[in-house]
Amino acid sequence: MTPSLLSIRNLDVSYPTSRGHARILIGVDLDIARGTSVGLVGESGSGKSTLALALLGLLPENAEIDAQDAMFDSCPDALSPATAQRLRGSDIAMIFQDPMTALNPLFTIGTHLVDIQRRKFPHASQADLWARGERMLVRVGVSDAGNRMRRYPHEFSGGMRQRVVIAMALLVEPKLLIADEPTTALDATIEAQVVDILRDLRSELSAALLVVSHSFGLIAELCDTVIVMYAGTIVETGPVNVVLHDPRHPYAQALLACEIEPLSSIEAAEPLVTIPGTVPDPANRPVGCVFAARCPARHDRCIEPPPLVSQGQGRSFSCWLGVSL
Amino acid sequence: MLRSHSFYIYLGFKLATALLAVAGAVVLLLALTRFIPGDPATVILGSRATPEAVAILNARMGFDKPLAEQAITFFARLFSGDLGEDVFNGRPVLTLVVTALPNTAALAVSAILLAIVIGVPLALLSANCPGGKGDRLIAFVSVGFISTPSFVVSVFLLLFFAVSLRLFPVLGAGDSGNFADQLWHLVLPSAALALGWIGYVARLLRSSLLEVLGESHIRTLRAYGVSETKILLKYALKPAIIPTIAILGMGFGELLGGAVFAEVIFNRPGLGSLIYDAIRTRNYPLVQGSVFVIVLLYVLTNLAADLLQTFLDPRERSRLTSGSGDGR
Repeated sequence: MTPSLLSIRNLDVSYPTSRGHARILIGVDLDIARGTSVGLVGESGSGKSTLALALLGLLPENAEIDAQDAMFDSCPDALSPATAQRLRGSDIAMIFQDPMTALNPLFTIGTHLVDIQRRKFPHASQADLWARGERMLVRVGVSDAGNRMRRYPHEFSGGMRQRVVIAMALLVEPKLLIADEPTTALDATIEAQVVDILRDLRSELSAALLVVSHSFGLIAELCDTVIVMYAGTIVETGPVNVVLHDPRHPYAQALLACEIEPLSSIEAAEPLVTIPGTVPDPANRPVGCVFAARCPARHDRCIEPPPLVSQGQGRSFSCWLGVSL
Repeated sequence: MLRSHSFYIYLGFKLATALLAVAGAVVLLLALTRFIPGDPATVILGSRATPEAVAILNARMGFDKPLAEQAITFFARLFSGDLGEDVFNGRPVLTLVVTALPNTAALAVSAILLAIVIGVPLALLSANCPGGKGDRLIAFVSVGFISTPSFVVSVFLLLFFAVSLRLFPVLGAGDSGNFADQLWHLVLPSAALALGWIGYVARLLRSSLLEVLGESHIRTLRAYGVSETKILLKYALKPAIIPTIAILGMGFGELLGGAVFAEVIFNRPGLGSLIYDAIRTRNYPLVQGSVFVIVLLYVLTNLAADLLQTFLDPRERSRLTSGSGDGR
């Protein structure tokens, strides 16, 4: 087995609210081996972005973070504010969701690219960092990079900005690269280009990749393993091809059924599939299975917390169906 | 970088609106004499003046002409640099205004500088730790500064620092030619005028800083471990200061005309005390001429603030200039 880069056990994140504790993440385990790529999938409110931000120590100050174990690259207590602050920008880098707002409109691309390298290379000269930035722009496919370094974000198209954002992440040579919805804000043709860049880089880089997305499609393109999250818990996890071809947890099945097939649904004139109901209120969670209220396969036992079932090929899911099968 | 047509159109539009504002103010000024009960010449000369004397003065001042004609005459003379004459001693209004202006300008500039030098750090301290003890203290002090009228502050500063402690001179603008003495005389009046603006800058800049600090590009920088000091002083301050510039432009324009209290209380020669005396003695040409200059300066400083704002923002800049639109 490859040595683990990141290993988190039993992560809880909650916020104090006037209605009691809002529990955003509950008992989440996350393992990322070096050089592998993990996808985190779930609908809005599933806690996937919270998990990503927790790794960077960027959750709001009132967040209560508690984990049994959080090891990053032989560094214990990786989620503590001090450690997370030390890791981000040097060992962990993040590609943010919306390239349109991820860059400061009043500063040139070059200024951004130089300043974000400071943490990693505190003693390098300004000129060296500028040159590195320019070379990285070339590498992610920005033409006329020397000139583009002196340009402002608004002078770049969405796809070009996302390349800049990817270049930023690569410049700090992270051990873990987190991509939070890296293509959601882009239109389809550019999305394909960005996926290509990320896939190319994956084969060149030694960095592990954590892709956060609501789309199984993107994760299938980029990842080895997938983690399906629902209401702050992991409901199913396993190798991408196993989970995608044969999801076991009813939520994973429902989420996969919601994926829009570009052409088939038009031809068949089928209505788009949705999951009825909404994610439970994090301050008022059900006692048993969190998905029970929306689950088509709900039965009597679902009022008790479901067990974690492991079923060959590295897959595990948490559902009573796994026991009765 | 080549300027495109759109830049000239923008500048032309801005100048045209500025001129329109000035013209409107002039018409209002001229109309003002009409609203004064009775005949302005009678008011000036007193109730016992002979009808001949009143008629002569009315003719000389142009009060007997229709408003439109008065306005045209005013503008026509303006182009030859003539703002009219002092009713009492016949000195050109332009000379009086030009003599008074540097004192007022020095006062307004130093008050605005004080507002920036003290207000900006206060805003940065507040925004660095919103809701903290420092922030709450600064908020309290700022609101206090804003809500105290500058003439009250003037009197208190005068009584305390100049009369009781004798730290600063009491009256006047200092010996002409003695720069240090003039600067020394400037301290109390500019502090009195700046106080409210310090509060404004601290409050306004704090809220725009907090807004910018919540934007995603700041989160990007935090995710790369860019230091909080650099984020605050470089990446947040620049976008946040842009709306503050407009306020400061307005403040500077207002101080040029609004320095009346400080100038009267500290007995400083300047536009404010010039207008104050002119109004008291019904010296209409002097009132019109000096208010015209203040309106002009007000409009010009606002225009300058507008342009500065536009050119600090690269998006606005490239909207108005050509040769940089190849980004897409």
